[in-house]
Amino acid sequence: MSDDRVEILPVRIVSGVTVVSPQGRIDHTGAPRLSAALEPILKGCKAGGPPLLLDLSGVDYISSMGLRVLVVASRTASGQGGKFGVAALQPLVQEVFSIARLNLMMPCYVEVEAGCAQLTAP
Amino acid sequence: MKVIFWGTRGSLPVALTAADVRSKVIAALTAAQGRQLPDSAALSAFVDSLPFVSRGTFGGNSSCVEIVGGGSEHLLCDLGSGVRPLGQSKIATYGPARPQLYHVFLSHLHWDHLMGFPFFVPAYIPGNRIVIHGCHQGLEDAVRLQFGIPCFPVDFGTLGANIEFDVMTPDEPREIAGFTVTPKLQLHGGDSFGYRFERFGKTVVYSTDSEHKLDNAQERQKFVDFFRNADLVIFDAMYSLAEAVSVKADWGHSSNVVGVELCQAAGARRLALFHHEPVNDDGRLALLLEETRRFEEITRENLAPLEIISAYDGLTVDL
Repeated sequence: MSDDRVEILPVRIVSGVTVVSPQGRIDHTGAPRLSAALEPILKGCKAGGPPLLLDLSGVDYISSMGLRVLVVASRTASGQGGKFGVAALQPLVQEVFSIARLNLMMPCYVEVEAGCAQLTAP
Repeated sequence: MKVIFWGTRGSLPVALTAADVRSKVIAALTAAQGRQLPDSAALSAFVDSLPFVSRGTFGGNSSCVEIVGGGSEHLLCDLGSGVRPLGQSKIATYGPARPQLYHVFLSHLHWDHLMGFPFFVPAYIPGNRIVIHGCHQGLEDAVRLQFGIPCFPVDFGTLGANIEFDVMTPDEPREIAGFTVTPKLQLHGGDSFGYRFERFGKTVVYSTDSEHKLDNAQERQKFVDFFRNADLVIFDAMYSLAEAVSVKADWGHSSNVVGVELCQAAGARRLALFHHEPVNDDGRLALLLEETRRFEEITRENLAPLEIISAYDGLTVDL
């Protein structure tokens, strides 16, 4: 599996939420790439800053290493007083989230818009 | 070759409660409603048809696994509380008058992996020989520690069997009792060691109390090599992945998800979930098994299927 199997799309702002949309496979080669891409974005996810939402609609596979990147991102954001979530998981990725119990650790929204609304709710 | 699980619980032995047994009886009687079960054969067949969670239990003894290779010498992994029924079984089979040779391979020296030894009856019988293998320099001291006042009323020196200690070197294969045995260093508080057992073209890997840092690609590859083409990998699946990488990081244990991924990468044939979390009851462990099988299915892609089982006290696996 080559290193270009996961692509980080440009960041966009939706209703005051920073939305990042990785694409493809987040496996043992793609996970470090995602981690590196998220690092500067996570710095802004802090108390008083915009929440961060990962739109996973374009991710069709995620391995344990990818799941770990999301856990670390969630805990980093939380530690800074920021809000973090994921949205629009494909069915198989949703199953993996549930089996790994990540759904108990971070908010998982059905749609990006719903996630943005929840993350910016007072 | 076959593998017999005598103790499969992690950290601390557990027992079914009266409420647990009651719920199983209710489940069985509910399933029996409207059925004709006129004799013991029909009853046995009906019970065998029930889900494992209703007719059985994963059990509660701490780690002890026997590897049977056809020779006259006995191979054991760890001395958790499961070694007590193992010892009783050996006494029932061989009696006290026929000396036996036991090889014990210790993963590490934490109490749940040693606590059964004072109750291992063959240790009290003169003529028996017990060789305790491990990779910790403090192996003998740790085993001796739990004998004598104030821990136990029997002093180590009064044990009748001839007990020897053998400190092995990680990554150096040894020929023991007809097996090629290779220890491997694992990540756990105070270190732990896995063992790869090979004989007659069959391979069993015993890898418990082992944490896997997912961002360490080099160490991951070492475990893939350690598990390579194994017929059975006995794997520490104590936590969920989410727990293992967050609130329980550095606690020295792993998850079902990582077990599947390593076995898939290694081309292993069968994975046994092991070292069950004490707070998980039979229902939760059954669900965990079901989920793990589903995870293997949806991540298999073009690989050969990996069989997933969940170890329970009393389970025998033929290889």
